[in-house]
Amino acid sequence: MTLGNAKRGQHVKIIHIPDENIRSQAIRFGIGEGAVVFCEEVLPAGPIVLRKNRQEIAIGRELANRITVTLN
Amino acid sequence: MAHCHDTGIKINMPENARRIVLAGNPNAGKSVVFNYLTGLYVDVSNYPGTTLEISYGRLSNNVIIDTPGIYGISSFNDEERIARDIILSADIVINVVNAAHLERDLFLTRQIIDTGVSVLVVLNMIDEAQKQGLKIDTDLLTDLLGVPVIPTIATKKQGLAQLKTAHILAQKGHVDGELQQKLTHLADRLGSQGEALLVLEGDEVIASRHGLEPGDEREQIYLKRREQVNNIVGHVVSESSRGAGIGVTLGCWMIKPITGIPLLIITMWAMFQSIGVFIAGTVVGITEETILIGFYEPAVRSFIEQFISLDSNLGFILTGEFGVLTMTVTYVLGLLMPLVVGFYFFLAMFEDSGYLPRIATLVDRVLTGIGLNGRAVIPLILGFGCVTMASITTRLLGSDRERRITIFLMGLTIPCSAQLGVIAGLLAGFGPGYIALYALVILAVLVITGTLLNTLVPGKSTELLIDLPPLRLPRVDNVLRKTGTKSYHFLKEATPLFALGALIISTLQITGGLAALQKMLAPLTVGWLRLPPETATAFIMGIVRRDFGAAGLTDMALTPMATVIVLITITLFVPCIASILIIFKERGYREGAIMWAGTWVVAFTVGGLVAQMSAIFGGSSNTLGIPLVIAVFIAITISVLLTCRLLQRSKPGSGLS
Repeated sequence: MTLGNAKRGQHVKIIHIPDENIRSQAIRFGIGEGAVVFCEEVLPAGPIVLRKNRQEIAIGRELANRITVTLN
Repeated sequence: MAHCHDTGIKINMPENARRIVLAGNPNAGKSVVFNYLTGLYVDVSNYPGTTLEISYGRLSNNVIIDTPGIYGISSFNDEERIARDIILSADIVINVVNAAHLERDLFLTRQIIDTGVSVLVVLNMIDEAQKQGLKIDTDLLTDLLGVPVIPTIATKKQGLAQLKTAHILAQKGHVDGELQQKLTHLADRLGSQGEALLVLEGDEVIASRHGLEPGDEREQIYLKRREQVNNIVGHVVSESSRGAGIGVTLGCWMIKPITGIPLLIITMWAMFQSIGVFIAGTVVGITEETILIGFYEPAVRSFIEQFISLDSNLGFILTGEFGVLTMTVTYVLGLLMPLVVGFYFFLAMFEDSGYLPRIATLVDRVLTGIGLNGRAVIPLILGFGCVTMASITTRLLGSDRERRITIFLMGLTIPCSAQLGVIAGLLAGFGPGYIALYALVILAVLVITGTLLNTLVPGKSTELLIDLPPLRLPRVDNVLRKTGTKSYHFLKEATPLFALGALIISTLQITGGLAALQKMLAPLTVGWLRLPPETATAFIMGIVRRDFGAAGLTDMALTPMATVIVLITITLFVPCIASILIIFKERGYREGAIMWAGTWVVAFTVGGLVAQMSAIFGGSSNTLGIPLVIAVFIAITISVLLTCRLLQRSKPGSGLS
């Protein structure tokens, strides 16, 4: 599944991020490939808000649709 | 060449002085530490090729340089590139980290340590960490990083006193063994471990400075560093209770559309009430009417009268209707200054509280429709403060396409604070119908133009990836300082342009040029926009500064509909001279000229449409005219949206899915 399909309240594991620049920035924020994150909020047709410990990151929907995740 | 220690900014370095560089993530409290350490003596220097300002000051014999807030040193955006160059030239780096956000902040810390520079870590906001139930083992952190760690609460000045001397304690930290080997090997050739690190991490700029191919190990190094940081955090941080404070709850509400949109509307309404009604009405009533027109202007006139006749040409230029000493001063200090201060105050509160990135998340979906992502809301909102300044901040956007769209939309549809204040003041008296007409027409133009640009401008926009810092109460001293600095910059920038504008208009008036121009523009103003000929003056003044144009209307007796038409036209057409210059600088002459011409065409087309339609629909009364005009604009917007959607659908591989 993709991050775009994740539902509010789910824990997901990031499997693959396609773009190299995005991948590097994700590692900086601690949500790189392999990280388990909490899906805090899903805006209707809008961004997905992730939480990793105390870190909150908002990711645009189209980007989220290209990030592969599994349920954890 | 081997020793590339050039930050690019001109800083007077006394002999034997060391460069102490302050670095940290956004919202780590860097500016508070910087202001404490440097005191009042701070210089500001523009970074070459950009308009980003870098502050620096003295700390005993040494020079301390501030850097923009960043998450890491690389080349993802301008701020990072600048911070990278300054950090690479540092003798000592003071790294301010947010104790409540160690996982994020220590990534930068480890990267700075890997550059081989001497580092001192300031563990700031320990009170906030404690509030969140976090306990941090500072001694262990010192051991694991290999550099001294000083806990502080910068806002309460706790721990800051020892920082004044603590930089001597800075030392080189632990670098991963395998990485160190590679770095040492490469640094032998480059003469600097920091540049070696960036070459390995694939930084193209640094690599090309040395005539090397950028390395391809960025991801490997980043992953390893992330692992180390998680490890360190796992050891030094112990979490007891975790109370979800009011900040967390409110933060959630701001993002959820069902609560976020009402919250945003309430905030905007509060802003409108404070700036448009209270400041534009009550405060300006005192500053403009009572103080400047009541006391200042007569005083200046009677003073000048002692030397020259007020009816002479010079007398008219200095103290006449558009006098450099009378009208300029009254407009700048009496009318605009209070509005600008009020706006920057709100903006500083937005920035300081962490509300801005949440607004970005909330509106992301809407902005993707006009080829932008939520992040663009930051320059767009800043544009309400000053379009010129906001055009510069478009550099934080991810692609050239987004910068192009944002700058044009901003120049076209966003009224700056000074102008907005005047507009709000003028409209407030006419009732909700006219306010709605103005706002909806401008909004329709924004949506139509944005949608068209998104369909027509080639390329692909980047997507939202934004950090949401913890929500907190804005700190009064920080907010006031930001408001003060920005208002001062406004005064410095606006006053000469205003004086110039006043001078031009007075000269035109004396030479009869104004009447000639008014006559020349009559087909446009009188025929097409259905306005009295004097309004041409407002348009001419508006070229100098938009707010100046709007301010000129306050003295004309216009019908409400005529006022709204002028305001729509002035809002849409040319931004002020300063912002045009910046647009030319940012976008080049060709594109800048197209944008400038574009704003004229759109402004007069839309203004004319409103004028003609209101005349046809409304006749003498506007009760029917306003809703009909609004309905037509909504219809146009919807048809443009649908057409563009169809066009995009038929285009394979487009953004819509």
